[in-house]
Amino acid sequence: MEGKGGGFTMFDLDLWKEILSALKKNRMRSFMTAFGVFWGIFMLIIMSGAGKALENGVMDGIKAFASNSAFFWTEPTSKPYEGFQRGRRWNYKNTDIEYIKANVNDIEYLAPKLFGSNSNSGDNTIRGKKTGAFNISGDYPEFFEIDSWTVLKGRMLNQIDILQKRKVCIIGERVVEVMFDKNEDPIGEYLKINGVYYQVVGVVHPETRVNFNGNRKEENIMIPFTTMQQTYNYGDVVHFFSITSTPGVPVSKVEMRLKELLKERHHIAPDDVQAIGSFNIEVEWIKYMGLFNGIQILTWIVGTGTLFAGIIGVSNIMLVIIKERTQEIGIQRAIGATPGKVIMHIVAESVFLTVIAGYIGLALGVGILELLNMALDSGGDEIFFRRPEVSFKMAVSALTVLVFAGIGAGLIPARRAVKIKTIDALRDEGI
Amino acid sequence: MISLNNVHKSYATGSNSLHVLKGIDLEIKQGEFVSIMGSSGSGKSTLLNILGILDNYDDGSYYLNGKLVKDMSEKQAAKLRNELVGFVFQSFNLISFKNAMENVALPLYYQGVNRKKRNKIALEYLDKLGLLPWAEHMPNELSGGQKQRVAIARSLISQPKIIFADEPTGALDTSTSYEVMEILKNINNEGITVILVTHEHDIAAMTQKIIRLKDGKIAEIIKNGDLKHFQEQYTKALETA
Repeated sequence: MEGKGGGFTMFDLDLWKEILSALKKNRMRSFMTAFGVFWGIFMLIIMSGAGKALENGVMDGIKAFASNSAFFWTEPTSKPYEGFQRGRRWNYKNTDIEYIKANVNDIEYLAPKLFGSNSNSGDNTIRGKKTGAFNISGDYPEFFEIDSWTVLKGRMLNQIDILQKRKVCIIGERVVEVMFDKNEDPIGEYLKINGVYYQVVGVVHPETRVNFNGNRKEENIMIPFTTMQQTYNYGDVVHFFSITSTPGVPVSKVEMRLKELLKERHHIAPDDVQAIGSFNIEVEWIKYMGLFNGIQILTWIVGTGTLFAGIIGVSNIMLVIIKERTQEIGIQRAIGATPGKVIMHIVAESVFLTVIAGYIGLALGVGILELLNMALDSGGDEIFFRRPEVSFKMAVSALTVLVFAGIGAGLIPARRAVKIKTIDALRDEGI
Repeated sequence: MISLNNVHKSYATGSNSLHVLKGIDLEIKQGEFVSIMGSSGSGKSTLLNILGILDNYDDGSYYLNGKLVKDMSEKQAAKLRNELVGFVFQSFNLISFKNAMENVALPLYYQGVNRKKRNKIALEYLDKLGLLPWAEHMPNELSGGQKQRVAIARSLISQPKIIFADEPTGALDTSTSYEVMEILKNINNEGITVILVTHEHDIAAMTQKIIRLKDGKIAEIIKNGDLKHFQEQYTKALETA
C-alpha cells in the first residue's frame, strides 16, 4: 500500500501478531463483538436454507407437471338451473371428449381419467397369497405428457392399449414391493384388480407429488381408460380431465373456455363457481413463486439487518480499541508509521474479526443445513421440506459483503485514530 | 543541521491562547550534544517536539538538514522522522506486546525491511547495548534501565542523524541515569547529534551545550568551556543546599 519496500501484505507476520494480541487482550469483548457478526450470517444462512427447503419441497411436488397444464373434476352443483335443483351430482361423459376436441382451440393434450378405489378403501389387488390396497385409475397415454412419470421397467400405456381395451396395467414401485418377491420381475406377471386379471407391462416412478387419487403416487396402478370403463361398468362416465394448452397460449384462458363449455353441456348455471373443480399449474406456479420470493426477500431483510447490527458492533468496538491504544498508535507514528499504515492495520483488524466471525457463522450454518438435509433424506419422499441449501453464489456474496463491511467498520475508527495529532496521541494516558 | 528562526508556538486553551514559545532562534550543528533545560512550563518539551516534527509551529521557520519543515503532511513528516530522527522518551514507550527485538526492529518494519533482515539488525543493536540475552523478553520483564536501552536501540536502528530524548533519565535512578547518559555520549561520539530535554542539572552538565529556556525564550546558552564553570556552580549549589 505504502509503495516503498515491503509495505503491506496479507502475510505480514507483525500485522497478524498485532491483531491477535489486540483481540486476545480482551477475549470476552472480542468474542461478543464477533458473535454479532456470526449470528447475522448464521441466521441469514439458516433462514435462507430453510426457505429454500420449503421451496424445494413444494416445487418438487409440482415442477414435473407441464407448466401449461390444468385439471378438472366435478362437484355437486350449487345453483338450481334449467329445472335442476342445486346439489345435483353429475359426471363428465365420453361425448364431452370429442366435443372438447372439436370446439376448444389451443388444447395440446387432453387426457380423460377414471378413478377406481384407492389405497384408503381397503385391499383391492390380489396376487397369489399377497394382497394390497392401491390407487386404481383408468388413463389415456396423453396423461403422461401432462404429469411426468419415468419408466423403470417395461413400457407406458399406449394408444393400442386404449383401442383394443387391453387388460394391462402399469404399476408404481410400492406396488412392486408389496405384490412381488424381491428379485422377482413383475413384467409379464398378472395382478387381480377388483376381480379382473391385468398383465403388468411397466413399472413407473412419479416425478410429481400431487396425486389426484389416494396418497402416494408410488401406490398407483394405471390401466387403459377404455378397459376400465368397460370392465367395471362405468358406462360413459369420465371422472377427470387433464389438459395442456398449446405452447404460447396461457392455460388459464383455455381453462375458462373449457369450463364455460362444460357448464353449457351439463345444464349448470354459468355463474355456478362450485360445480367444476379445477386448478391450473400456471396459477399455482405464480402463487408459489410469489410466496417463495417473499420468503427470500424477508430472509434477506432480516438477515442483513442482523448482520448490519453486528457490523455496527464491530465498528463500535474498534472505536473503543483505538481509544485504548491511542498512545501505542502515537508511538508507532513517532517512529515512522505513516497514517496509511496505521489505517491499514486497523482496517485489517476489523476485516479479520468480521471475516473470521462471518466465516464461522457461514460454516456452522451450512453444517447445520447439511445435518438437516441428512435427517430429511432418511425421512422419505412425503416431507414438504427438502434439500435445505444455500447457493455457492450466496455464500460468496455473503463473504464479499463481510469483507466490505469489515473495511467499512474499520475505516471510521481508523480515520479517527490518525486525526489525532501524533504528539497528542503520545501524551494520551489512556482512559 | 538544525536552524530555528523566530519560532512561535501557542496553544489554544478554550477562549484564550497560551503563548508557549515566543521567538526561538537556535542553531545546532551536526554532532553536537545539547541539552535543553528550563522549569516546567518554560516550553522545553514543546521545543523538542517541534524539533522532532511531532508538533507544528505557528510562526518563523525551521530548517532540518537544510529542508524547511513547515505545514508538512502527516505522511511526509512520518517519512522524515523515520529517516532522520530517533526518539527516546521518558516513559520508554515500548510496545507492550512485542519483545525487545521486535520493538527495536519496528522502525525498519515501517521502512519495509523484511522480517528476517530487520530482526538480525535489531539483534546487532541490542548486542551493542549489552541486551542480547534479553532480546526475547517482553518489556514488562525488563528493568527501567533495560527498557530505556531498548528504546535507545530502537531510536538508533534507522541510523538517524539526530536523537531526540525527552527526559530520558526522568524515570530512572541516578546510577542507571548515568549509564544511559554514558550510552548517549557514546552515540554522540559516533557523530550523531543528540538533543535532550532534562531538568536535572547533573544530567545537563554531561552535555556539551546547555540551552536554558525561560518563559518561552532562550535565557542563556552555556557552551563547552563555560560548562566547567557551570558544573562548579552547580556542585556549589548542591553543597550549600
